[in-house]
Amino acid sequence: MSEQQNHTAATRPEAVIAARDLTKRYGKTSVVDAINFDIAKGEVFGLLGPNGAGKTTTILMMLGLTEISAGRVSVLGFDPARQPLQVKRRVGYLPDAVGFYDHLTAVENLAYAAKLMGLGVAERSRRIAAALTCVRLLDVADKRVATFSRGMRQRLGLAEIIVKRAEIAILDEPTSGLDPQATIEFLDLIRELKAEGVTVLLSSHMLDQVQRVCDRVALFRVGKIAMMGSVAELSVQVLGAGFVVEVEADGAGIARRLAAIPGVGNVETLADDRFRMTADRDVRADAARAVVAANGALRRLSVDEPSLEAIYARCFQVPPSGGVRDAA
Amino acid sequence: MRREGSAFQGVGAVFVKELSDNISSVRMLMLELLIVVTAMAALYEAIAALRQNTAEDPFLLLRLFTVSQAPLPSFVAILGFLIPLMAIGLGFDLINSEHNRCTLSRILAQPIYRDALLLGKYLAGLATIAISLTALWLLVIGLGLIFLGVPPGGEEISRSLAFLVIAIFYAGVWLSLAMLLSIVFRSPATAALVALGIWLFLTVLWPMLAPAIAQAIVPPDPRFAVLGLDTPGTAIWTQLLQRFSPNDLFGEAMLAVLSPTTRTLGPVFLDQIRGAVMGAPLPFGQSVMIAWPQTVGLIACTIVLFVAGYVLFQRQEVRA
Repeated sequence: MSEQQNHTAATRPEAVIAARDLTKRYGKTSVVDAINFDIAKGEVFGLLGPNGAGKTTTILMMLGLTEISAGRVSVLGFDPARQPLQVKRRVGYLPDAVGFYDHLTAVENLAYAAKLMGLGVAERSRRIAAALTCVRLLDVADKRVATFSRGMRQRLGLAEIIVKRAEIAILDEPTSGLDPQATIEFLDLIRELKAEGVTVLLSSHMLDQVQRVCDRVALFRVGKIAMMGSVAELSVQVLGAGFVVEVEADGAGIARRLAAIPGVGNVETLADDRFRMTADRDVRADAARAVVAANGALRRLSVDEPSLEAIYARCFQVPPSGGVRDAA
Repeated sequence: MRREGSAFQGVGAVFVKELSDNISSVRMLMLELLIVVTAMAALYEAIAALRQNTAEDPFLLLRLFTVSQAPLPSFVAILGFLIPLMAIGLGFDLINSEHNRCTLSRILAQPIYRDALLLGKYLAGLATIAISLTALWLLVIGLGLIFLGVPPGGEEISRSLAFLVIAIFYAGVWLSLAMLLSIVFRSPATAALVALGIWLFLTVLWPMLAPAIAQAIVPPDPRFAVLGLDTPGTAIWTQLLQRFSPNDLFGEAMLAVLSPTTRTLGPVFLDQIRGAVMGAPLPFGQSVMIAWPQTVGLIACTIVLFVAGYVLFQRQEVRA
């Protein structure tokens, strides 16, 4: 049994999504190959990987939109294959290429979805107005969707999830094709969802964006999860260290004091008054205290956070080890 | 494995939205215009012909549907030709348009089954056609009253209502076919072309091919030819083969329902008409009995095509 299988054998206490040996085959080809993962309540979880890695297929299996070939997945305790309506009542989905009825207005599109959700007239109107306010589309509520930009359509898709009051939001490549400003706004909306307790599953290959919002990520490669964990954890595992902190200060025995900080792996002396530390967390506050304790003068303190891009590049250079590594 | 919840949850919402889309679409407006103009032209010719013998015919209203005057065919024949066009026009992009608009996965991520989407769309299409045909039917009756000045009897109304119901079933066949093709083909243009090809084949080519195939199966007997009669075996095979076309089934059912003197839809043998009062009309119930197999054939055809589409749609991968 692989390390990851050991880890996921018992579902996390508050896991809202739990996949066990989840497999999707087309003929003899496995596009998703016995993957295991848990997503905790309120977490923003990223599915990363190149196109065709199996991210969207995994999402479709979670929603009951495609048959599961083997294994199982539990969404909020429900089986999407047997209880699809229970799952779909609680899960909002924003597909990669989100489509709306162009001849209808934003409100009409949301009203149609709300009717399908089974909401009554009054409740429908109230929720739609609130959702459009939340995604900042209230001023174009009565305009036809045909006139909307891609960013506005994505926000309208998010409004639909808000109307549903989904406990889990599944967002498939939500920022692809958005301009930088629209991307920032969209990522802010994801943070707002998280703040309201919504669990977010985000599939993307925009690594910097994923890093900005995700608590944990799973790296997909040819249908398997190659790695899983927080960015810092993956950084330690893949790059050998997570945070790189540079200190410029004078004082006696600073290098020794910096090395004694918990979490610091290595201290490199670049010059008499310049030090570079690698640590598994952001240790700037501890470094500042160490300089002060040494009666030194702190002139500069900077940190390079671990880059998901670097992790991804390193991870996808090496062949898979067979089992899945879980850094958590 | 039993599914949770009702398969019909959401049918109403889909039905209302699709019906609204259909009725307000330019495409539907054009189709309705085509049918109304053509049908009215046929009706005008029929009224002109019927004015000559108003007092002689007890089923004057029904004649409005069946009388033709060159160069136009009868009202019923025109509908037999145009109803499939209307149904195909409404159904060729029912499902593939959802794929192309990328709305399908979003809609199916709502708490409904695929059944609801398919059924809602189909029923909305059928309701649209039913509304149009009912309007046309009322128009015919109204114009008949105005121009002929003879109020229709109860049996005439019953028979014309039976015509309306059978016409809706006939539309159902073509709508099912168009919907099936919209599931099979992702491109609406391909679905439309294939549907129109099948329609043209069954409407224009098949009536010519069926006798040729029947003659190959049962070669004509020269003795019957000498008497100017069809060989019974060949005639029976011809009719059997022609009934594979919904157009033929509709035509036969219309003949039985709108022509009260029609006693049979197959070849007539002398022993079958012994004792019959020639030209005497049959009661409405008897006419319905004659049209019943054709009507059931249309319904069965609709069900087979709908089920084929249903099975394909259930198995289809939804990515867009």
